Amino acid sequence: MSTKASRSAARMMISPAVLLLLGWMLIPLCMTVYFSFLRYNLLQPGTTPFAGWENYYWFVTDPSFKAAITNTLAMVGGILCVTTIGGIGFALLLDKPMFATGLIRIMVIAPFFVMPTVSALVWKNMFMNPVNGIFGNLATSLGFQPIDFFGQYPLASIIFIVSWMWLPFATLILLTALQSLDQEQLEAAEMDGAGWGSRFWFIMLPHLARAITVVILIQTIFLLSIFAEILVTTNGGPGTATTNLTYLIYVSSLLQFDVGMGSAGGVIAIILANIVAIFLMRMIGKNLDA
Amino acid sequence: MFIKRTLLSTAVSFGLVAGMTSAAMAEEITIATVNNADMIVMQELAPQWEQATGNTINWVVLEENVLRQRTTQDIATNGGSFDIMFIGAYEAPIWGANGWLTPLDDFADDPDYDLEDIFQLVRNGLSADGKLYAVPLYSETSFTFYRTDLFEAAGIEAPTGQPTYTEFAEMAAKLHDPDNSVYGTCQRGKAGWGENMAFVGTLANAFGARWFDMEWNPQLDSPEWNAAITYYVDLMTNYGPPGASGNGHNENRALFKDGKCATWVDATSAANDVRNPETSSVADVTDFFQAPKQETDKGTGWFWSWALAIPASSQKADTAKDFLKWATSKEYFEMVGETKGWVAVPSGTRASVHEDPRLLKAAPFAETIKNAIFSVDPADPTRDPVPYTGVQFVAIPEFQGIGNYVGQQVAAALAGQQSVEQALANSQQFAVREMTKAGYIK
Amino acid sequence: MARAISTKAKVTNTAIAGTLGFLMFIPILWILILAFKTEEDAIRAPLEILFGSGWTTDSFGTVQARSDYFKHFSNSVIISVGSTFLGLLIAIPAAWSMAFVPSKHTKNVLMWMLSTKMLPPVGVLVPIYLVFRDFNLLDTRLGLTIVLMLINLPIIIWMLYTYFKEIPGEILEAARMDGASLRDEVIYVLTPMAIPGMASTVLLNIILAWNEAFWTINLTAANAAPLTAFIASYSSPEGLFYAKLSAASIMAIAPILIMGWFSLKQLVRGLTFGAVK
Repeated sequence: MSTKASRSAARMMISPAVLLLLGWMLIPLCMTVYFSFLRYNLLQPGTTPFAGWENYYWFVTDPSFKAAITNTLAMVGGILCVTTIGGIGFALLLDKPMFATGLIRIMVIAPFFVMPTVSALVWKNMFMNPVNGIFGNLATSLGFQPIDFFGQYPLASIIFIVSWMWLPFATLILLTALQSLDQEQLEAAEMDGAGWGSRFWFIMLPHLARAITVVILIQTIFLLSIFAEILVTTNGGPGTATTNLTYLIYVSSLLQFDVGMGSAGGVIAIILANIVAIFLMRMIGKNLDA
Repeated sequence: MFIKRTLLSTAVSFGLVAGMTSAAMAEEITIATVNNADMIVMQELAPQWEQATGNTINWVVLEENVLRQRTTQDIATNGGSFDIMFIGAYEAPIWGANGWLTPLDDFADDPDYDLEDIFQLVRNGLSADGKLYAVPLYSETSFTFYRTDLFEAAGIEAPTGQPTYTEFAEMAAKLHDPDNSVYGTCQRGKAGWGENMAFVGTLANAFGARWFDMEWNPQLDSPEWNAAITYYVDLMTNYGPPGASGNGHNENRALFKDGKCATWVDATSAANDVRNPETSSVADVTDFFQAPKQETDKGTGWFWSWALAIPASSQKADTAKDFLKWATSKEYFEMVGETKGWVAVPSGTRASVHEDPRLLKAAPFAETIKNAIFSVDPADPTRDPVPYTGVQFVAIPEFQGIGNYVGQQVAAALAGQQSVEQALANSQQFAVREMTKAGYIK
Repeated sequence: MARAISTKAKVTNTAIAGTLGFLMFIPILWILILAFKTEEDAIRAPLEILFGSGWTTDSFGTVQARSDYFKHFSNSVIISVGSTFLGLLIAIPAAWSMAFVPSKHTKNVLMWMLSTKMLPPVGVLVPIYLVFRDFNLLDTRLGLTIVLMLINLPIIIWMLYTYFKEIPGEILEAARMDGASLRDEVIYVLTPMAIPGMASTVLLNIILAWNEAFWTINLTAANAAPLTAFIASYSSPEGLFYAKLSAASIMAIAPILIMGWFSLKQLVRGLTFGAVK
């Protein structure tokens, strides 16, 4: 149906979006690249001389840089694991017939509506605080030492908090996908004597494959730049235990106000994000248009 | 700056420039403030100024770290989002020297305001090149808060002079009673140059350490730093509350007011809150002694001040100045005394307030605070000579970054994630990097 | 053909799912309870809080006295709804052309759009701040609306694209045979058919915009500050603050939570991202 006329019309219709996004990407990107070659610290006004690759050198040799890369990957990977596996579990469970379906679904989905700042504050103070938090209280009343979550298990605590918010999202998408599964196919398999395990493995999981890809893609986009949760709870510490790439850039450009070095970090993060994007594209391309 | 000019002309040609608000009689000013108790009181009283002048105030209340980032970003880029900012003794001289703040020297011409009444020491701390750039709401040093009832129960006599940190640790050991949720000592552990490094900085000074030698070489791998941090980690691990590496000033204040700490070395400005029966459960059983010393008594109490300043980018400097005068006037402190109780009056700024009999009656410790503040000398903070001023901070722009990093490393050592040696080695490496980058080390 | 499900199985399912659901929900429930307690009660042991203390609405008053909730609330509504509909306006034509006039680049364009979302916001804050300053957009609702529209635009386009693709091309062709112009085609044929999908797109993007906490805090001061800025002042304690924090949190999340609950069915049905054939 694509005639020449509709092709040019199509191009016209897509152009506002493309132009806007190009602008949104290119203007800050160009400024960031430009700044990344300047010796530019907001706290030292005056000239901003050309600095060559100096900023990149300083950023990459930053003692926190390696930790930031591993932490970013650990966070994204950890949260993806928790939410995908947990999401499949929840979706299978919620798909079953039960009473009060609406109420139960609402309770499961609700965390997705909570602001990241609020959820981090609530978990940090009301639950994980070793003196006044609920977990501390429970531990003390059972005769255990209260656990200092952000001191002892900082990365796991962050993964836990963020997963609490994203698990409902994964559940939502996977549940929708599961509901479109042909029930007769499942019943036929059951008649043929297939156990639950093999029905799950050979029928349900392949059916969910696309939905799982979507969950991974969307979450990766959001999880690469986790920030508010870290800022509110651990400030990237103790040490560099919870410093991810986003937080490291925040430290250099907005705490040390070294715009040059922060920009160099931004450029590096963009390159890394694009590598991830290409990787995801390959993966999703196979799955989405199959 | 050429980018600015190009963008501006583009903006004009697209007609995107929102109409500048015309300067009318009544103005609307925006104040960036921190969520400390004394600032919240100011926010509650401010409607009186609004009614008297017809102006209105927009308050932007932020947590300290966020406030510092937002205000620095705005003032350094000449953003003009705020007409008044709360800034500290670290920022005022640096920003003033950069030309980012409106000088307030004309306050001296107003006899009602009586600028001379504000302690010289505090004014000096908020000046650069002889010009005053901010006026203080309160200023503080650090001293030891302790629980008289717990000391009595444990049979300890409170020190009258300045104890040593060794003696202090012995006290904490006797007072520590975690089964009853009373911890021997609470100290700042949350990473940040204005958080744990404020206490750790004074502790390091007491142990004879310094940040830099006279050639600006970082000294973080010195035996003095090692002794100080080892002491700190041991003290907090043995006699501190659980989760100490997450506790900042406000967290500890809440713990202390809730009766969970036997001792606490922190800001004198928290005294009025802790001794206020309306806000604290330990008001009657709290007293104070000097912050401990060790190898030296130099730099054992920090110096800090929260002050109001006007960014040079503000379009409403006159209205802002009017508010500044009101908010740091003698009348303001009187108003706080009358409405919130004299115990709640911010301390450490005005001689007349500190001599007021009503204050001395409600807050007998005010004299202790004044003496403690007067004993601080930011120009001579350490045992060995140093090229910088500042007790718990180093008054150079690079310090924020270094202080935050060292703070993180110390917090990691406190949380048991790494050894003290490792933390200090990392810190030294980072400090050398930063100082090299900034051109101090050739 | 569905078989009869035994009541016993249903009860077991309900019990398991209910327990897990309740565990997920506890944090929200807990702040809802603490919000109605005094500060002194709010730090007591959980059982004492539940059964041994009274109720009060004082905290809400204190929070409101600190900063005007309704101003922040209306900013949040304007910014999140505004950015979503502005985004929709730009996304519909784009998604249409990608779905119905696909070229060999379509998939790449789509992926490129998504990849713009991976820009770390902290890395580009200073440039954007400078641009905003020069355009006088700092602390304006318009500025924030534009930024949030741009960061969510890729998601909107992608969602719409997947819905549009499900619409059989023959219907559009039939409309065109009847003489419908391109404009008519989009407005009268395509849009109504995609309404359910659009509804969930709108919902999801309002949620995302409502909860966005980096740009909204860094580009605003007083005038345009939404609820994310309202909650930011509670991120470190002053004295006892659990009740105040809870009240402020409830006030910040309640509107979106209620909206989400009422539209849950719509959201569940529509959130497929093309994952369901």
